[in-house]
Amino acid sequence: MKFKVNGHEVFASTGGRPFDKKKPLIIFVHGSGLTHMTWVLQTRYFAFHGYNSLAVDLPGHGLSSGKSLKSIEEMADWVSDVIDAVGHKEASLVGHSQGCLVTVECTSRYPNKIKTLSLMGGAGAIPMNPELLSLAENNDPKAVDLMMDWAHGPAGHFGGHPVPGLYHINTGTMLAKSRTIENTLGVDFRACDNYKNGFEAAKKIKCPTLSILATDDKMCPVKEGKKLASLIDGSQVDIIDNCGHMMLLEEADRVLTVLKKFITTNYPPLSA
Amino acid sequence: MSDKKKELKPNTYKFDTLSLHAGYQPHKNAGSRQVPIYQTTSYLFDDVDHAAALFNLERGGHIYSRISNPTVGVLEERVASLEGGTAALATSSGMSAIFLTVMTLCEAGDHLVVSSQLYGGTVNLFRLTLPKFGIKCTFVKPRDTEGFKKAIQKNTKGIFGELVGNPGNEIMNMPEIAKIAHDAGIPLMVDATYQTPYLCKPFEHGADIVIHSLTKWMAGHGSSMAGILVEGGKFDWMQNDKFPTMTKPYEGYHGLSFAEEFGPTAFTMKARAEGMRDFGPCLSPQNAWNVLQGIETLSVRMKKHCSNAEEMVKYLSNHESVAWVSHPSAPNHPDAELANKLLPNGKGSMIAFGIKGGKDAGVAFINNVKLASHLANVGDTRTLVIHPASGTHSQMDEATLKFAGLSHDMIRLSVGIEDIDDIKNDFEIGFRAARKPRLVSNQ
Repeated sequence: MKFKVNGHEVFASTGGRPFDKKKPLIIFVHGSGLTHMTWVLQTRYFAFHGYNSLAVDLPGHGLSSGKSLKSIEEMADWVSDVIDAVGHKEASLVGHSQGCLVTVECTSRYPNKIKTLSLMGGAGAIPMNPELLSLAENNDPKAVDLMMDWAHGPAGHFGGHPVPGLYHINTGTMLAKSRTIENTLGVDFRACDNYKNGFEAAKKIKCPTLSILATDDKMCPVKEGKKLASLIDGSQVDIIDNCGHMMLLEEADRVLTVLKKFITTNYPPLSA
Repeated sequence: MSDKKKELKPNTYKFDTLSLHAGYQPHKNAGSRQVPIYQTTSYLFDDVDHAAALFNLERGGHIYSRISNPTVGVLEERVASLEGGTAALATSSGMSAIFLTVMTLCEAGDHLVVSSQLYGGTVNLFRLTLPKFGIKCTFVKPRDTEGFKKAIQKNTKGIFGELVGNPGNEIMNMPEIAKIAHDAGIPLMVDATYQTPYLCKPFEHGADIVIHSLTKWMAGHGSSMAGILVEGGKFDWMQNDKFPTMTKPYEGYHGLSFAEEFGPTAFTMKARAEGMRDFGPCLSPQNAWNVLQGIETLSVRMKKHCSNAEEMVKYLSNHESVAWVSHPSAPNHPDAELANKLLPNGKGSMIAFGIKGGKDAGVAFINNVKLASHLANVGDTRTLVIHPASGTHSQMDEATLKFAGLSHDMIRLSVGIEDIDDIKNDFEIGFRAARKPRLVSNQ
């Protein structure tokens, strides 16, 4: 569906179901340079089971208009604005990678609005490799190739997509190259690199929180994810073996199973 | 210790490694090193919720082997990885892959621009069968790049061609024709059976959908029928209103918009969800496994195919019984420059040549070679020959044969990977017979 935030058109996938204001809202926030499509194996389930699933394209990404936001703090405020724009007072947030920084910051800023927080491949800070950052800011497609290499675990490099016939790495590459690299990935990487408030923000979070981490995640290693989780009261941690940073595709079923249990328990769906 | 800074390089697997490993994780299959053959029609659901989730495309997995199968899925991912595509869908044959591609793209009332130099079966599909579904085609000679542009109409939904035409070896200017297609907001579909991704990856030259008859070089062994369509993932289905079945809510899946939900894999998702459900040209797991065995040695075989073909081009070009030779490696081939650009790893192993003495000589040649097999296939590891005017293209009338670039003296040769001297010796027997067709023909 399309709606406006701060004068710019926003696209969000509703998981193939019409948006219904009566249903509780879950907002999915994608990682650097990517789009709503990374969430396809999570959003559709919730959409068919009593929720409004909104997998947003951040400004300047995917099908959303406007320019990419330059800081994690701006993105956090923007997520809060999305909740308002679709006529809701509260939401459950799910973030991946950079989306974790955004949702952690958003939850700390708007504690009354955010009911649960689910982090996948999250960390309190995501400092960027300077060469990778430079490649992305200079519109070099090698930045995407490197990101796809590092983002997939050893098993994920062989493929084995849960949807028959889809090949992970090339699909991710196409998503990241669908808009100008310097204006999406470059801006996002710089925002991640600049963001220093993750650990302080985490200390303010009081809502139920889940961290899904993966043993072969090179971009946000388990150690960093656990460090972030340790700062959030009562945070649950689930660790997936033989999986890399792109866990939402590499181990989509496992992620969905854990996410489903966590969200339905802490933020129940609208009964049929 | 060196303080020289190491350049960052992606360590994703390269072609030869992907040929052996892509799409398969042993630890998820009881540690089986070889891809298992899932010889089953259907798959247990965990519970009712799981079943509904699979039917609604809420999660990945298998329901029924007409739609998908784990062994076939490995093949699909492997070919997608080798082509540089986002997704693939395997079918029971190359022809069913073409049909499924067209039916996923088009509706009654639509139009396609099609290269005239195609496999005979494909020509018949576009010329005779698709009009019965309300889909019309305009044929354009593959070298007539501007002709493709001129043939585009308001209702044109795509351009289709073979990179190297069958059987005349004319090369389509894929980058230019891709630009023409994209300027018109339509996709370019390329049948790259002759090349395999080892020789050419059409997505790197602008193609949007690649089709293979896997029966041919990809498998190599000539034991199994199979086809596949592969999606490049770059084409924006939402750029115009030409593709409502991709962009508008689809009643068959609760109002799903394939383009919105699946983006770079939307075409394959629709081809599977709609096409395999409704037409059902599924690939058997046994044949998928057989093709996988062939793909494991694809690059090794293609090198030998190409080197043998180049030797045969030299041999035929200097032979007294040969009137003309067509192969992209021949220096006098009109598309040699384009071939060097698009086919840097080799020009393939399909040769067309004219035999002196016309049709009778051609028949005598075919009937007398002993090592080369006379049959209606190409891309086998064994050398194959056929006389198209009396075989693969025999259902065409005289005018259509001419338009398709065929002549009665033409022999189509698919060079195998036997010892090159044995192939040449066998051809000498055929040529001797061709020079005296009435004396030695066994007809």
